Amino acid sequence: MSAAAPNATPRPNISFDRVSQVFTSSDGSEVVALDNASFDIGRHEFIAVLGPSGCGKSTLLRILAGLVRPTHGQVSIYGSPVDGPRDEIGIVFQKPTLLPWLNIRDNLTFPMRHKYGRVTAQEITRGEELLELVGLKEFGNKRPDELSGGMQQRAAIARALLHDPEILLMDEPFSALDALTRDELSLELLNIWTQRPKTVLFITHSIPEALLLADRILVMSARPGRVQEIIDVDLPRPRSMETLTEPRFNELANHIRRKVFSRHADH
Amino acid sequence: MSSPTTSAARSSRAMPTIKLKAQADRLAPWLALLVLLLVWEAACRLLKLPSFVLPSPSAILAATQKVGFGAWSEHIFATLRVTLMGYGLSILIGIPLAIALASSRLMSRTLYPLLVIVQSTPIVAVAPIIVVVMGAGDLPRVFITFLIAFFPIVVSCVTGLLATPEELVELSRSLGASKAREYRNIRLPYAIPHLFSALRISITLAVIGAVVAEFVAAEKGLGYFINFSTSMFQVPQAFAALMMLVVISLALFHLIGLLQKAFFPWSLPKAQH
Ligand SMILES: Nc1ncnc2c1ncn2[C@@H]1O[C@H](COP(=O)(O)OP(=O)(O)O)[C@@H](O)[C@H]1O
Ligand SMILES: [Mg+2]
Repeated sequence: MSAAAPNATPRPNISFDRVSQVFTSSDGSEVVALDNASFDIGRHEFIAVLGPSGCGKSTLLRILAGLVRPTHGQVSIYGSPVDGPRDEIGIVFQKPTLLPWLNIRDNLTFPMRHKYGRVTAQEITRGEELLELVGLKEFGNKRPDELSGGMQQRAAIARALLHDPEILLMDEPFSALDALTRDELSLELLNIWTQRPKTVLFITHSIPEALLLADRILVMSARPGRVQEIIDVDLPRPRSMETLTEPRFNELANHIRRKVFSRHADH
Repeated sequence: MSSPTTSAARSSRAMPTIKLKAQADRLAPWLALLVLLLVWEAACRLLKLPSFVLPSPSAILAATQKVGFGAWSEHIFATLRVTLMGYGLSILIGIPLAIALASSRLMSRTLYPLLVIVQSTPIVAVAPIIVVVMGAGDLPRVFITFLIAFFPIVVSCVTGLLATPEELVELSRSLGASKAREYRNIRLPYAIPHLFSALRISITLAVIGAVVAEFVAAEKGLGYFINFSTSMFQVPQAFAALMMLVVISLALFHLIGLLQKAFFPWSLPKAQH
């Protein structure tokens, strides 16, 4: 885009350098979950990762989170190699995975209690703020199973934000929700991201969702899992549901669809 | 226009029948029990069955009174003591064992076959050997009870520990939390529903274990008392002891359910909390 302006290209804060991940499955055969992935992510950039299931999206996220050591290559955050879980990261999974025995308020602060054995007054206050931010102010005392799936996922997002992570990793966070709730939460996520800028890696199956949210989209293909193309989403911000009706939106959507389907036709 | 009044009238008429149905639901089992007792009593009298073949309910009641409160409470207390000590031991050993099995592949490879062998051994047949080895006293009885009761606790606890959603375990790891915290804060609570269904089964197994142990070696307890009574052809009082065992088993079974409801209400299926 406007690479001419020096301020528009900040130093990358995440970089994947020829990262590969090979798994040996139970029958002894090798699965290349991620093949030679190299890319940079800038500070406070919103990156969507799009691709068919099994193309290595979750693997990519888990390597970045320091949960899995890549077979080859290196990932660095702020220039230092990732060799384990780090504090700058918050994770949201496909399922809310709240603890059924804690109310929503305690679920939000659970990571702190789990890690340090206690919760500070400051974290409790922050928990309340986040409850309000995700629209669950009145539900702090409810148990997860008393809330709808969408509300549970909001709570999970709030939980990931509690320690104010610089980097937010989201693995298909909305794909278990119905279409309406999904749109609603996508817009809310945009809102949160605008209010508290973060670097976001957002995995999804949905092309419209990726286009609505992301600055750039990593399109991946399966077997072996490869980063096929990185697409600049040059749709203006702030974005809303109106964005979905713009001609440029359709252009980009069709372009991605062609990419994805051309790979599928190979099989 | 008229619909609100008619619907109100309909619902007020519908209410009593619903209540009646609920009451019938509650009363039905008791009624069935009563009928059974009456048929039993009638059969004993009409067929003139001797009491050592099948004592009538009234004969059992009479025998219960004859034995007296003091003797009964002594026997009941003895059996309850062994049951609860053996049960406690099952929990104390079963849960750490489950953690060991769930957390290490090597442990589960090594220990599982052993556990299955213990479980496949007819404890009733081994009980006399245990008594010979461990001598008189509570120890062999508690150990026999433990052997019969602990297996379901281990198996269910392992199932529960491993049923913890993978994402939560990853969350825990992404926080850099230790394995010990992962087990204490996440996996063990997740195992609670599984654990409690085993605890309910195991408490009734513990009663059986205590009775088996008392058959083999005891001077007190309901198991001992049944053994003693039948050897003296005092079948009515043996039946009385048997019924007390059934009541104790049911009461303990129910108690475990109440404890779960009191301390872990979230672990019950949705309809129950
Ligand atoms: N722990 C693992 N062991 C073996 N194979 C794995 C493991 N994790 C992922 N895979 C394999 O790697 C490939 C990519 O998986 P994943 O990253 O979960 O894909 P996605 O999230 O895009 O659906 C799949 O073929 C999957 O079966
Ligand atoms: Mg995945």
